[in-house]
Amino acid sequence: MSEKEFPEKMPESAFTGTATWKEIPIGGVIPEPTSLRYKTGNWRAFRPIYNKDKCVKCLLCWVYCPEPSIRRLEDNSIEIDYDFCKGCGICAEVCPVKAIEMVKEG
Amino acid sequence: MAKAVRLRGNIVGMNGNEAVAYAVKQANVDVIAAYPITPQTIIVERLSEYVNNGELDAALIPVESEHSALSAVVGAALTGARVFTATASQGLELMHEILHIASSMRAPIVMAIVNRALSAPINIHCDHSDIMNARDTGWIHLFAENVQDAYDLALQAFKIAEDLDVLLPVTVNLDGFILSHSVERLEVLDDEIVSDFLPPRKSVYTLDYKKPVAHGPLALTDFYIEFKRQQEEAMERAKRKIEEVAKEYGEISGRYVPKLRTFGLEDAEVVVLVLGSTTGTMRYVAKKLREEGKKVGVIGVHVFRPFPAEEIIKALENVKVAVIMDRAVCYGGVGGPLFMEVVSSIYGTGVNPLVTNVIYGLGGRDLTPSEARKVFELGLDILQKGRVEKKKVWIGVRE
Repeated sequence: MSEKEFPEKMPESAFTGTATWKEIPIGGVIPEPTSLRYKTGNWRAFRPIYNKDKCVKCLLCWVYCPEPSIRRLEDNSIEIDYDFCKGCGICAEVCPVKAIEMVKEG
Repeated sequence: MAKAVRLRGNIVGMNGNEAVAYAVKQANVDVIAAYPITPQTIIVERLSEYVNNGELDAALIPVESEHSALSAVVGAALTGARVFTATASQGLELMHEILHIASSMRAPIVMAIVNRALSAPINIHCDHSDIMNARDTGWIHLFAENVQDAYDLALQAFKIAEDLDVLLPVTVNLDGFILSHSVERLEVLDDEIVSDFLPPRKSVYTLDYKKPVAHGPLALTDFYIEFKRQQEEAMERAKRKIEEVAKEYGEISGRYVPKLRTFGLEDAEVVVLVLGSTTGTMRYVAKKLREEGKKVGVIGVHVFRPFPAEEIIKALENVKVAVIMDRAVCYGGVGGPLFMEVVSSIYGTGVNPLVTNVIYGLGGRDLTPSEARKVFELGLDILQKGRVEKKKVWIGVRE
């Protein structure tokens, strides 16, 4: 056994997709939290646009966002994390006052 | 004269299932999940008794199916536990998808397979079609010739599976009823000797909320093949580890189970290769034939995965005819599983005996000594004629 086979961190080459079979932990194990490095925002076809003036601060969007990509601010208004928002549109769907609008990307 | 060996334990009478259960108890497993099925049931019954009596401190999970049994031990193995399960025939078939998951997630599980025919027609007796359907699931497969082997291999299986160079699940195969239900004289080791041989398992990437790791993620075109390549490497390393463990076990017990148990190879011209309990029958008949001056030999194969190709090549170096016996059919294939494996091993190496394949013993059809003799006669006939007329011969079937 060599230490290298059971690394406690994912090698950098794993994030660029260039790691060889000798470099990655066995069995598909991910030995540390890595999801923050895997940005899923580019999957998005529709972008949620937040209108703070319409918002009634009910936070339903914050509760329902499956990612979670809705950040709750001090005053209970919200901010959208576009690095991880996949554009599913649930926030816009649940918003009772239509303060979030889905706009086509590009 | 038998070599005098200092006995390191007790002599008991046990059948194959009891021997396996006793070994599992001595291995001090942490988690057992199993579903009873003929002819494996006694293993689960004995282990239940050991746990109930307080002789074994393990979690015994009674599950609703074999699929769940194997799933439970995969999860348990990933927490760092020493785990065991056992099944046969249809039970192994129901486990099939989890077999791949267990080996791919590198879960060091030990599973006894009490070899039994597959339905249909429904049949509870011995053949190897169950395990041969699972031969390429990424597990290590060991085969017992007798009850003593079943006990010895069960103990060695934990050491092989849990080794950090290997980390693969292992099956210990014993022939249904022939070994599982036959009481034989068995030498068992003292508990302390087993504890020294099998200290508590060291695990890596243990499921532990204090240091979270993720098991079983998605890997698509970007990484999947790399993980498969790792598994192949683990199998390569297992070849060496199996030998090391066999030698170490040989030192503590006086019993060495080689990858190939050979008989008569010093001068044999016709050699039979075989798995499981039939090895003993073939050796018995080979002895008689050798008394008649026939140069025959037997190779009992005890490791099927990783396949001991190098050892096979070496063993067949001076052999003129190899008769390879399969207790399983590859319908429409060139030959049975052992035949294809042996022939692929030697092809192109310069070791080039004439080969033929014998299919026998399906559904527990007994291979009597007179039929075993026919197997050797088939080889002797090929030797005399210098050519193979039939590459696949069924023996013991009413024609």
